[in-house]
Amino acid sequence: MTLRLTVNDQRRRVETDPETPLLWVIREQLGLTGTKFGCGAGVCGACTVQLDGKPVQSCSVPVGDVGRQPVTTIEGVDGPVAEAVRRAWLELDAAECGYCQPGMIVAAIALLRRKPHCTDKDIDDALRGNICRCGIYDRIRAAVHLAARKLER
Amino acid sequence: MPETPLLGRRSILRGAAVATTGLVIGLYVPERGRAAGRSEPLAPNAFLRISPENEVTVVAKHVEWGQGIHTTLAMMIAEELDADWGQVRVVPAPADPDLYANLIFEAQVTAGSNSVRNSWEQYRRAGATGRAMLVAAAAQRWNVPAAEITVDQGVVRHSRTGRKATFGELAGAAATQPVPTDVPLKDIGRFRLIGTQGVHRLDTPSKLDGSARFAIDVTQPGMLTALVARSPRFGGRVASVDRAAALRVPGVRHVVQIPTGIAVVADTFWAAKKGRDALDVRWDDTGAETRSTTDLVTEYRALLDRRGDIARKDGDAERALAGAAHTITADFEYPYLAHAPLEPVAVAVRRTRDGVEVWTGEGSVQGAQEGAAELLGLTREQVTVHSVYAGGSFGRKDGTTLEAVEILRAIGGSAPVKLVWTREDDLRHSFYRPMYVHRMTVGLDRRGDITAWHHRIVGQSIFPWEPVNGVDWVSVDGAGNIPYDIPNILVDLHTTQTGVPINTLRGTAGAHTVYSVETMLDDVAARTGRDPLALRRQLMSRDPNTKQIEILSIAEADRPTVFAEFPRQRRTLELAARRAGWGSRLGRGRGRGLAVHYGFLTSVAMVAEVTAHRETFRVDRVVCAVDCGIAVNPDIVRSQIEGSVAWGLSIMLDGAITLDRGVVQQSGFHDYRVLRMDQMPKVEVHIMPSSAPPKGVGQVAVATVAPAVANALFAATGRRVRRLPFSAG
Ligand code: FES
Ligand code: FES
Repeated sequence: MTLRLTVNDQRRRVETDPETPLLWVIREQLGLTGTKFGCGAGVCGACTVQLDGKPVQSCSVPVGDVGRQPVTTIEGVDGPVAEAVRRAWLELDAAECGYCQPGMIVAAIALLRRKPHCTDKDIDDALRGNICRCGIYDRIRAAVHLAARKLER
Repeated sequence: MPETPLLGRRSILRGAAVATTGLVIGLYVPERGRAAGRSEPLAPNAFLRISPENEVTVVAKHVEWGQGIHTTLAMMIAEELDADWGQVRVVPAPADPDLYANLIFEAQVTAGSNSVRNSWEQYRRAGATGRAMLVAAAAQRWNVPAAEITVDQGVVRHSRTGRKATFGELAGAAATQPVPTDVPLKDIGRFRLIGTQGVHRLDTPSKLDGSARFAIDVTQPGMLTALVARSPRFGGRVASVDRAAALRVPGVRHVVQIPTGIAVVADTFWAAKKGRDALDVRWDDTGAETRSTTDLVTEYRALLDRRGDIARKDGDAERALAGAAHTITADFEYPYLAHAPLEPVAVAVRRTRDGVEVWTGEGSVQGAQEGAAELLGLTREQVTVHSVYAGGSFGRKDGTTLEAVEILRAIGGSAPVKLVWTREDDLRHSFYRPMYVHRMTVGLDRRGDITAWHHRIVGQSIFPWEPVNGVDWVSVDGAGNIPYDIPNILVDLHTTQTGVPINTLRGTAGAHTVYSVETMLDDVAARTGRDPLALRRQLMSRDPNTKQIEILSIAEADRPTVFAEFPRQRRTLELAARRAGWGSRLGRGRGRGLAVHYGFLTSVAMVAEVTAHRETFRVDRVVCAVDCGIAVNPDIVRSQIEGSVAWGLSIMLDGAITLDRGVVQQSGFHDYRVLRMDQMPKVEVHIMPSSAPPKGVGQVAVATVAPAVANALFAATGRRVRRLPFSAG
């Protein structure tokens, strides 16, 4: 069936089975491959996008359930928080293979919007759903703090 | 240690000789891109191009899967070229082993933590050659002596006449210069990039905005997606298949049989998955592995009572044990492990006019090319391999390309196809770090000094092709080369056979051997009332390289590097201990533990601090000292060690693949748990100053994590765990 979606501020029409996970519609039909497949079961966070501003695992959302809620992917995140996060990540080189990073960054942006002054515990709670198999969590944590400091200025 | 060769053992010495005698220049193709003309790029060799637009392009012969090798290779060229870091970019090398072979393996392969080491001389020389040609061109143009010309951050200058030019301005003229064959390299004291802080990775930006392209992201017009139904048991075969239901799923285009199973090829991932779910396959388990983990453990344990092939023998450990005042003995169990890189295996392939094109993250670019050519009856040149970013590999992506080529062949090359593994596929149908059991028996004299050390290991061999005295050194690395001065040492090995496919995994051998060694040493310290640091320092006060060792079952070529250069390993231990504040008081319920290891020619020492609660514990801090030769990019070294800490903790806390009558029981990150953010300790990495050539850092530090933490937990609680993972109880 035909569905209408708003993705990264653009209206898109897709022809799809409504049961298809949002992840695959984003990647294959809309060609936005920044959002990653890691488990397909909602437990790794690689597929994290913002749905109406909140981080969700797009592999676990049937596209038919999205409705009018705007979807924001790694390609579409912007604004001062996103900017601060990217600058902090660059400064600390907080990426190795980089495969977890789109999901990690989308989740970190959501955290900092909600809690600009976050503690280690806040970061752990907000990002524990995002697996980094390269294991550079300590660096990512430092990057979130750095982004928070940049936003204070 | 030793290499982890993928193509049979190769001589380190031979590789090193090639790299240091300048013969590598012979591999260059100076002719290429050297057509005269001002607008031509300068391409003095296969690794470097300088465009008239002033862009320096480095061709990376090693695959980037997160270890930072693209950046590191580029730094080596930029250093000798005196380029500005901002003008440097990297492209992956095409498959061309004549130009891009790993000089240690003599094949175009990324593996074994030797990428920087084998390229160290070659890449710097490539940069120095380019620099010399730029200087020659400037000298000619300005009519001044070349010796008066300087190069700094991408600018060529003649200060007496005040002239200057960018690389781009000189590229065309430089391309017409003869290629010098014997350019000098910088003295390490003159490095401006290598070893400095703040040289940022070149791959970070594209990894932050979703534009970095991994194999799973490759799209081509009309590309189909394939999922494969594989035998639930290793070695099982398709007995029969009913394709009808799968073919009825909308979007499914083909259901084809390939050697590894039945491929369902569809318009989208989701259609392929639904098609595969609908597929009805019967498997023939004749010849398949049907044992359970418990069966294997029982069989392995039975072998612990029998003598195996000798990996190392000095003195007479059995006799010394018989005469010891006290003995301590303990058995250890280590399960199969899966790599589970976050990007599951994905490979894209399509037919071109006269061959095929492949996109893969696998480390053996050469293997992918040759394998595809052989399978399709093509020449090597007809197979184009795009070596794209891998979303982690850790050994997992080795040899994964051909299955996609099989699918392309089975559908007659009718459409581009992308093979994707789901997470469940990845955990259930992989190759694994082998399962092992160990027994350690240590003899003490009346004063508590160690007189005998016997370490017996049982498990499969990952590199069975050229054993020495029946021993694959990779099975015993970290046990066979303990640096400790003990008079009688025996290390023996039972090599087992199972139907479970195996491979290296980040930190391969050390991740089991070092756990047994280093926790046993702490047990000795506890039993004899000694401090674990003092005990190790005492045991490391003599150079193991000078010890008479009767049997050491390692390839002759690896023999000279089996132990660290004395006393650098002990110094590494002392540095870690000092930085961690060894000996200072910790609060209640807290403990500190340490471990050391030498592998991939690098020494690491680690101190972990834990806080124990009633049933659980938390790792608070890990301090690591590493002696890896020159750290080309110290921050990348740190990052690799930080990641190794997480990797080691994953293995220790939860990593286990288990079999139930031959079927892997784990199917996702819910039951194959890996470390998460809230479990991650603070990590400090201290790099030992060194002027030695770079060594391996990608995996060596994995080995010390679990024993350091286990020793810390023991210090805090007296609880000793000898069966991994800890969650197994
Ligand atoms: S792919 Fe969605 S959570 Fe893992
Ligand atoms: S950077 Fe590789 S998974 Fe996080």
